[in-house]
Amino acid sequence: MKALLDLIIGDPQADRVVPPTGLTARLTVFVAAVMAFLAVISLALSLSAGRVADRWADELAQAATLRLPAETDQLQKALQILETTPGVASARALTKEEQEALLTPWFGTDLQLENLPIPQLVEVIADDPPYDLAGLEARFAAEIPGAVFDDHGSWRDPLVAAAMRVRLIGAVVILLIFASVGAMITLAAQASLAANVQVIRVLRLVGARDVYIARAFVRRFTLRAGVGAMLGVVSGVIVVQVLPDGGGFFAEIGFAGAGWIWPVIMPLLAAGVAFLATRAAAMARLKEQT
Amino acid sequence: MIELDKVSYGHGGAALFSQLSLTLVPGSFQFLTGPSGAGKTTLLRLCYADLRAQRGKVRLFGQDANTLDRDAVAMSRRRIGVVHQDCQFLDHLSVAENIALPLSVADRAAEASENLKELLAWVGLSKQSAQRPPELSGGERQRAALARAVIMSPDVIIADEPTGNVDWEMSQRLLALLVELNKMGKTVLIATHDLAMIRSLKSDVDARVLRLKDGLLTTAGAVL
Repeated sequence: MKALLDLIIGDPQADRVVPPTGLTARLTVFVAAVMAFLAVISLALSLSAGRVADRWADELAQAATLRLPAETDQLQKALQILETTPGVASARALTKEEQEALLTPWFGTDLQLENLPIPQLVEVIADDPPYDLAGLEARFAAEIPGAVFDDHGSWRDPLVAAAMRVRLIGAVVILLIFASVGAMITLAAQASLAANVQVIRVLRLVGARDVYIARAFVRRFTLRAGVGAMLGVVSGVIVVQVLPDGGGFFAEIGFAGAGWIWPVIMPLLAAGVAFLATRAAAMARLKEQT
Repeated sequence: MIELDKVSYGHGGAALFSQLSLTLVPGSFQFLTGPSGAGKTTLLRLCYADLRAQRGKVRLFGQDANTLDRDAVAMSRRRIGVVHQDCQFLDHLSVAENIALPLSVADRAAEASENLKELLAWVGLSKQSAQRPPELSGGERQRAALARAVIMSPDVIIADEPTGNVDWEMSQRLLALLVELNKMGKTVLIATHDLAMIRSLKSDVDARVLRLKDGLLTTAGAVL
């Protein structure tokens, strides 16, 4: 913690003991910016997938559909069963217009649906705690033959699982990006340390401790990574915010609520990774160069 | 202060010297002479723990140098001012910043401003303080190196051929600075092969002359 505070407060003279290296500095900033940009995109996708998964899980977990055979006239009986079942908040038969609207994408508007044996659908909303699914299914099987009670679990669960997997992949990608930032900073720091052997030697001869020498390199790379990541995050957020609204999942892509904390802390995380990577590289190098 | 006790050191299996003992008493002034390749620089580097003895013990301010970790070595070096033959500087910093470097690495940079002015004047580099080391002449570099070596007011000053790259007049000025420091109580060890320089100081300082040759260190005493 003290090392981090020293780093933030800084020592202008200590910073200057390492000669400036223009190309390495620019490359470090550039790579950190690119990585942060990619991380923001992955983060936006991951958070959006998470939100979609949560919403689907919440919304669909409440809703179920009862499908009555077309030739039956058991609608009132079915509604009565549902209304008297504990755990059912509401039960409503879909109107003719609603059923037609559901079928229109498949049959078009020209077909006379009255001529077709269309099953009657009943929308069922669960209470908290919900109904006993097995018991309800058994009751419908016994009292209204042909009735099918669908709690959407068969297609809801794979969708939610897929969305959760997208979220997980996003998180893994972000971890890999940060690992790449760490590896890149390590390589750049090692190159810088190797190029400054004579500087390290002079510093050692005038009584510099390892932590002083390391600090000069660590501060430099930490600031570069932090600045680069900030540029990348700002660019990434702008791109995410101006994405065209394609509807569906695409309408969800972006940051919302507490999710905004991630792009805000991402430059700090990048700087933290750079701090640890450079410090480790510097201490290892200084140990070798006794 | 610095004590070498039966120290051996060699390169590639060939012994440079063995069983060598030397004690630097506080306030003393020593010249270390000997032919090129005799191991003078190696002996000096052992004295400030830049090298570790292969056998025997080197004690820096009472501590066994072989058991010191890197940070402890760094702390010891703050009490030893070193003037190198090739005057190693950080070329991207100004002369003043280079001279103040030991204070900076010791987190004592705040003390630099007043001390630095005096020191620059003392070594005659006030006008060159903003220049970069590569812009200095050989003599100016040697004086800057001496200023850097003494800015921490070290207990010991070790100089390796400090007059090797300067003319006679400049070498006399540099030696006068070292004699002045010795009179202020500092222990001084100078490696040189220039006997004329030693003779010129005979009347100014009570110096011990050590000779390193064929792996043996002998004291020449007052007879040169």
